[in-house]
Amino acid sequence: MREINALDVTAAVKRLCMEANSYLPGDVKARICAACENEPWDLARNILGIIKENFEIAEEKYVPACQDTGVACVFLEIGQDVHINGDLNAAIHEGVRQGYDEGCLRKSVVRDPLDRVNTRDNTPAMIYYDIVPGDKLKITVAPKGFGSENMSQIKMLKPSDGIQGVKDFILKVVEEAGPNPCPPIVVGVGIGGTFDKAAYLAKKALMRSTDVRNADPLYADLENEMLEKINALGIGPQGVGGKTTALAVNIEQMATHIAGLPVAVNINCHVTRHQSLEL
Amino acid sequence: MEKRITTPLTLEKVKDLKAGDSVLISGVIYTARDAAHKRLCELAAEGKELPFDVKDSVIYFVGPAPAKGDQVIGSAGPTTSYRMDAYSPTMIALGQRGMIGKGKRSPEVVAAMKAHGAVYFGAIGGAGAYLSRCIKKVEIVAYEDLGAEAVRRLEVEDLPAFVIIDCEGNNLYENGRKEYLESVK
Ligand code: SF4
Repeated sequence: MREINALDVTAAVKRLCMEANSYLPGDVKARICAACENEPWDLARNILGIIKENFEIAEEKYVPACQDTGVACVFLEIGQDVHINGDLNAAIHEGVRQGYDEGCLRKSVVRDPLDRVNTRDNTPAMIYYDIVPGDKLKITVAPKGFGSENMSQIKMLKPSDGIQGVKDFILKVVEEAGPNPCPPIVVGVGIGGTFDKAAYLAKKALMRSTDVRNADPLYADLENEMLEKINALGIGPQGVGGKTTALAVNIEQMATHIAGLPVAVNINCHVTRHQSLEL
Repeated sequence: MEKRITTPLTLEKVKDLKAGDSVLISGVIYTARDAAHKRLCELAAEGKELPFDVKDSVIYFVGPAPAKGDQVIGSAGPTTSYRMDAYSPTMIALGQRGMIGKGKRSPEVVAAMKAHGAVYFGAIGGAGAYLSRCIKKVEIVAYEDLGAEAVRRLEVEDLPAFVIIDCEGNNLYENGRKEYLESVK
């Protein structure tokens, strides 16, 4: 049994909140740069140029790339041979509190969905636990903005809808989102499981590098095909028209019930953020 | 070619702007998101005076991040505009001429824009760090309790935006996409 102090978790979460908001993942930056080169539509290309300059400023000045510094989604992969000394949930929330304060990040969380009083420290975090073999603790912080979160959808398809139903639904979600989620977007798709598992898979798909395709060739092909189809819609950066509507489509799948085909589409914007570290 | 425009945004200036135009906005603009809009419209309904002069004003839909170090303001890009759709027609009827945001608007907002002469600009969503550098001065004018959502008076210089919907109802989201798709046929 390996011991990890909850205080170390707080320090890690704090650092990751600040870094994730200023440093976009390398693969996302590379895709924005490639889009700048390949975008034929003038206004679209100008916009992509500013988007590129924006992440450069954020990095250089260590300020958030976007003012919506999101709700802090914190993913933990806990080795089953790890023991945490202290209150783990409290340690994570404290890390978010410190990171959002010191990093001058916007506090965008309300304590209740109906009474809507701001908690003023961006807590609570949205925490996702996964137990894995080993004695390590991997922490990923992914600040999630709601311009894109609000454009996400889930649908319980029928098994007979098949792969065509899945394709149609993904395209429908992107079409309805249009300019709202700050395109170019990254599309996370979860297929299978239960109602809630599909949504979780869609969010998890957004944590994967956009350079890594699904290990199953069927789903890898589906990712490539959907990216092509989405970019043929012509929505373009910020919805002004153009070739670059999406930077990537990441799909995660799992077993499901004989009677069901759940599909969730979680949209992320070009400010796709996640940083990880291992304790 | 970019058009330079300076606030206050008179009807004459609005009429000169066409969907698809790239603009650089300078002068005084005000910030408000849905929570502030709700209060502004309640004041108007009670016949009370608003905390700033709405006539020929431009409202930027933004909830900035806190300033860091020597920054005037933290990252400050647009928020999604449809959440203001319930309030914008009232504001436009009161004399507001310009809105800066991102995303689609309702038919009611477009109708009010055509009836009174107003324009909807898009700023680049997610470019908050870049856009904050165009903001030279900030002052809270109302609703400090709303934090990031308080109404702020901003002095901006060459804030880049594009006309999404002009005062005749032409829409860049529809036309730009159509033209692009035709160009690659
Ligand atoms: S959708 Fe993303 S880029 Fe757009 S405002 Fe929200 S966090 Fe920022």
